Amino acid sequence: MCDYVIELILLGGLVLSALWAVLSPRLLRSVLALALASIMVTLLLFRLRSPLAGVFELSVCAGLISAVFLSVISMTQPDTETSVNKENRERLRRYWYLPVILVLVGLALCRLELPNFPLAEEIGGSVRDVLWNVRQLDLLGQIVILLAGAFGVVVLFKEWRNER
Amino acid sequence: MLPLLVLAPLVGLIILNLPIKAFNRTLFAVVGLVLALGQIALVWANPPGFLELSSPGGLVLGLVEDNLARIMLVAIGMALAAAIVVGHETIKEESRQRSFINLILVSMMGMNGTVLLTDLFSLYVFIEITGVASFIMIALHRGKDAIEGAFKYLILSAVAGALMLLGVAFFLLTAGATDFSSVSGALAEGAPHPGIARVAMGVFICGLFVKGGMVPFHGWLPAAYSTAPSGVSVMLAGIATKVSGVYALIRVVRFVFAQDPAVSQILLILGILSIVVGALAALGQTDLKRMLAYSSISQVGYIILAVGCGTEVAMAGAVFHLFNHAVFKSLLFSNSAAVEQQLGTTDMDQMGGLGTKMPITSLTATIALLSTAGIPPLSGFWSKLIIVAALWHAGLHGYAVIAVLSSLLTLAYFLGMERRAFFGKVTPAVANVREANLVLLAPAVLLALVTIGLGLCFPYLAESFMVLGRDRLW
Repeated sequence: MCDYVIELILLGGLVLSALWAVLSPRLLRSVLALALASIMVTLLLFRLRSPLAGVFELSVCAGLISAVFLSVISMTQPDTETSVNKENRERLRRYWYLPVILVLVGLALCRLELPNFPLAEEIGGSVRDVLWNVRQLDLLGQIVILLAGAFGVVVLFKEWRNER
Repeated sequence: MLPLLVLAPLVGLIILNLPIKAFNRTLFAVVGLVLALGQIALVWANPPGFLELSSPGGLVLGLVEDNLARIMLVAIGMALAAAIVVGHETIKEESRQRSFINLILVSMMGMNGTVLLTDLFSLYVFIEITGVASFIMIALHRGKDAIEGAFKYLILSAVAGALMLLGVAFFLLTAGATDFSSVSGALAEGAPHPGIARVAMGVFICGLFVKGGMVPFHGWLPAAYSTAPSGVSVMLAGIATKVSGVYALIRVVRFVFAQDPAVSQILLILGILSIVVGALAALGQTDLKRMLAYSSISQVGYIILAVGCGTEVAMAGAVFHLFNHAVFKSLLFSNSAAVEQQLGTTDMDQMGGLGTKMPITSLTATIALLSTAGIPPLSGFWSKLIIVAALWHAGLHGYAVIAVLSSLLTLAYFLGMERRAFFGKVTPAVANVREANLVLLAPAVLLALVTIGLGLCFPYLAESFMVLGRDRLW
């Protein structure tokens, strides 16, 4: 357990950031909390010796996705802080046990004797090689998902702003 | 031809979004229709094939077009063609119609990729493409109920995606690769970590259950189907959930997990649960679209039951029922669109005597519901008969009896719908209603003819639905 102190701290930070993102009454602070959660994941990936995956996580999730969220927030009309706080209190009252269950499950899994799995490089080559040489069709698929997301922003938010 | 089926919708998408003033809403619909119908023609005209795309990294990316994939590609073409026509007639705003067609092409690419690719991670990516497009289309009109329905679908879809990705990660660790042949080979030889392999199978299949809207993961489905615009309901109910959940389940359980006994048992139990729960829930509905949504859950249960049985005949029955379901559910939602357009509501308590005002809609709806209930000589009779016979022959007598009795439930809720909506005295709301226009009737009539034709010609077409043994190409 002592070998993983840094990882446990990062995991704790990740859970707290995620909770802040979900419970924050202000959308902007939620986005910042989400970006912080992505930074925690990035650091974890560096600790797990996947630096390229960490770089992608930082640039795409903490960077690009935050930018997309901010542009969408600029097109929405936020709820009043009073109504959001009221909803958050109700949500906490109903679902307080979920993070507790999550932590207990995590602690239970720590006690399992999991086998030693091979490192990523031993399985299928470097991240660079897999991404650019092996998974081209999946890259195309992910570009199409981003395109679909762009259509979603137009359909759900741009027209609404024009109507307002 | 195989990569063309994945890339053609993308090319169509790019062309339609060029800044050309001539592109109006009708041209958008025509391009979408040409791609959908062209897909059917392309599959019909070419023999089955298997294509390997080699990459410098050594991974062989496979695109397979066996009998199962060909049946699905034809079903995708038909259901999307119906959805495009219904969408054109029911979505009048130009910008929204354009967005609808754009998203239809995105989901077409996602579904074609799901059907053709032979890699678990690619399967996940292309299922997600369909899911993202579907979620946005459900909320197309931005009504409160539609956004709630879309949000439910989004959350559960995200959970399903996370489960599938977790399964893929475990397979990568235990089998060393994620393509179908490597994973199935590793499972057949005995994976180095059998416990982890079992967990991987379990979580991956859970994800597919959520995507397919099977009991007990069906909570999102009635809200999504009933609140979506009509053209989107045709697409979702007709084909999207069938490809993302049911087809992927068949492909993975049979061809990758080699009909693992524990997985088969779970499928049998969940299949029978879906049949009964869906049918009982449909009985109590007053909204036409919600009733059709619960009916979908019930009919998918027959397919899952047959996949759980796993014999060659059962698999043929499962695939045939999957195709039939795509046809008659698209037909029923097209009818629902016609009724909603004329009446302004899908509340069955306000309908009554619609049969006299909308005779063609009523007739095609009757054909669809009789086929769903398994009445001969329509196509649904054959697929249900094959499934029940396969279950009985495999010694699963209890399941066979429940499946037959549930068909009576299906008949009950559909006859109830017919009596309330189409027969009986003309209600005040229906007094001034007229039949839908020819364009909106066209997909309903054509799908009804397919239902009748498949039923009458099934003895000559039975071979096309045999998906095991002979046509396995890798």
